[in-house]
Amino acid sequence: MEVQNLHKRYGRRVAVEDVSFTVEAGEIFGIIGPNGAGKTTTVESIAGLRVPDSGTISVLGLDPIKDRAEVRECLGVQLQESSFPDAITVSEALELHSSFYRNPVDWQDLMELLGLGDKRKARYKALSGGQKQRLSIALALVGGPRIAILDELTTGLDPQSRRDTWSLIERVRDSGVTILLVTHLMDEAERLCDRIAVIDGGRVAALDTPAGLIAAASVMQQVRFRLSRPLDKRLLTELPEVSDVEITEGRYLVTGSGQLLGSVAGALARAEIVAEDLRIDQRSLDDAFVAFTGRPPESSAPRQEEA
Amino acid sequence: MSALTNMIKVETKLFLRDRATVLFGVLFPTALLLGLGSIPDLRTPSADLGGLRPIDVWAPTALVFGIVMIAVQHVPTVIATYRERGILRRLSTTPVHPRNVLIAQMIVAFSSVLVSAALMIFAAWAVLGIAPPEQPLKFAVAFVIGYAAVLGISMITAAVVRSSGAATSIGTLLFVVLMFFGGAFLPRAIMPEVLQTIGDFVPPGLQALISSWSPAAGEITGAGMSFWVQISVMAGIAVITAAVAAKLFRWE
Repeated sequence: MEVQNLHKRYGRRVAVEDVSFTVEAGEIFGIIGPNGAGKTTTVESIAGLRVPDSGTISVLGLDPIKDRAEVRECLGVQLQESSFPDAITVSEALELHSSFYRNPVDWQDLMELLGLGDKRKARYKALSGGQKQRLSIALALVGGPRIAILDELTTGLDPQSRRDTWSLIERVRDSGVTILLVTHLMDEAERLCDRIAVIDGGRVAALDTPAGLIAAASVMQQVRFRLSRPLDKRLLTELPEVSDVEITEGRYLVTGSGQLLGSVAGALARAEIVAEDLRIDQRSLDDAFVAFTGRPPESSAPRQEEA
Repeated sequence: MSALTNMIKVETKLFLRDRATVLFGVLFPTALLLGLGSIPDLRTPSADLGGLRPIDVWAPTALVFGIVMIAVQHVPTVIATYRERGILRRLSTTPVHPRNVLIAQMIVAFSSVLVSAALMIFAAWAVLGIAPPEQPLKFAVAFVIGYAAVLGISMITAAVVRSSGAATSIGTLLFVVLMFFGGAFLPRAIMPEVLQTIGDFVPPGLQALISSWSPAAGEITGAGMSFWVQISVMAGIAVITAAVAAKLFRWE
């Protein structure tokens, strides 16, 4: 799947400025970015729900708008904020959706694979958040797609269901389905994705493996410690490796690059001050996200269940 | 099995699980007629009505109730819910166009109106001794075109409302207006002539239903408009409202 110079505006508001990336067959490709960065518009354009103002999208060599029907046969989509009628049962929804496709997979097998077998007669309304999400994933897969787009896969799920869903997605990938995952949960992206595009302000701010993104962002480091007695701040700020020093109630937070730790430790030794609780921050994808977008990732607080 | 057949099957099940709609849309018209028919005065022939019983003249209003209940209250709410909850949007990611679910929904709703009417006509005949429609073909035309006109109006609501709550509110308002001219609050036989005349233009067209069911009752409730003129008005309303609704329809 290839997206090139995608541009989309709604009225005067630009949703996607210029986005390009290529998703290789068999990988889990992540799209992360702050709210309103253009993630959802990008995937909706790939799914053929939006007509781009300019740029090209190719899904398995097909155009989502011109070859609508063909693309829909081989693309499974699980959308954020879409649901099903309250009174429909799990098996009815799966059977119905499988009748939409030329070569569907066996929906009964899929139901078992997603652990919904004992819920086959349960109505949608009566399912838990995790079960609804699994049904939604099942319906994205029932057509036997070669590519699956999963938008905000585990938002609103409890930690156990989240981990279960993750291993499920890995099994789906292992069965040969390429996955495009949109998420704002950094641990999810770090755990699942082979490669990640960080989208910010309608552009691709960074594109790399999770480890690559973290390494690139780790140029900036942070050292934290407490001191037994006050220290002239200038002793730290004048070090070439240090870019910023914050002091709150005797706790020091030093930001910088290069041999930051050695340099700070040397300065403290020269001043004959002992540092307590000395810590160097381990960088995670969260920090990489902040480094690339200048913003913290959205809160991962569970979304309120729909009434 | 084709996607549309499957959708009709599923939509039928969903309809039957919606107890309130089955009760009020399908069963209530019959219950209403039988309830009123149990009042002795309404079963007594009246000289004012040319020797007919009030219940004979009133019976078609129960049909209007079923039509309006399904077309105005049920259909737009379901469509608004499908849009509000992203069900239509989700369908547009599959090879099947979401218009299929609307078609399935229309077929199921119309079938329910037919069942409701058949049940009511049968009960009217079996229990109250009201003869079945005397001009069956004209009656069928009045019924189908009248239903289409009501549905057309309510589809404009369904096309534009943002939430299922708004669909229900507008539906209730429309319901009261249409039922007023449908004779639910004031029997058409005793309406002032000006209201009868306005009522001739209000879907589903009670007068056409009355006169084709029983020409004798139609004589009493008529306000001078001929059957076919009224049918043409209803057909015009149906075509225009359907075109407007199709033009305005929002999929998300």
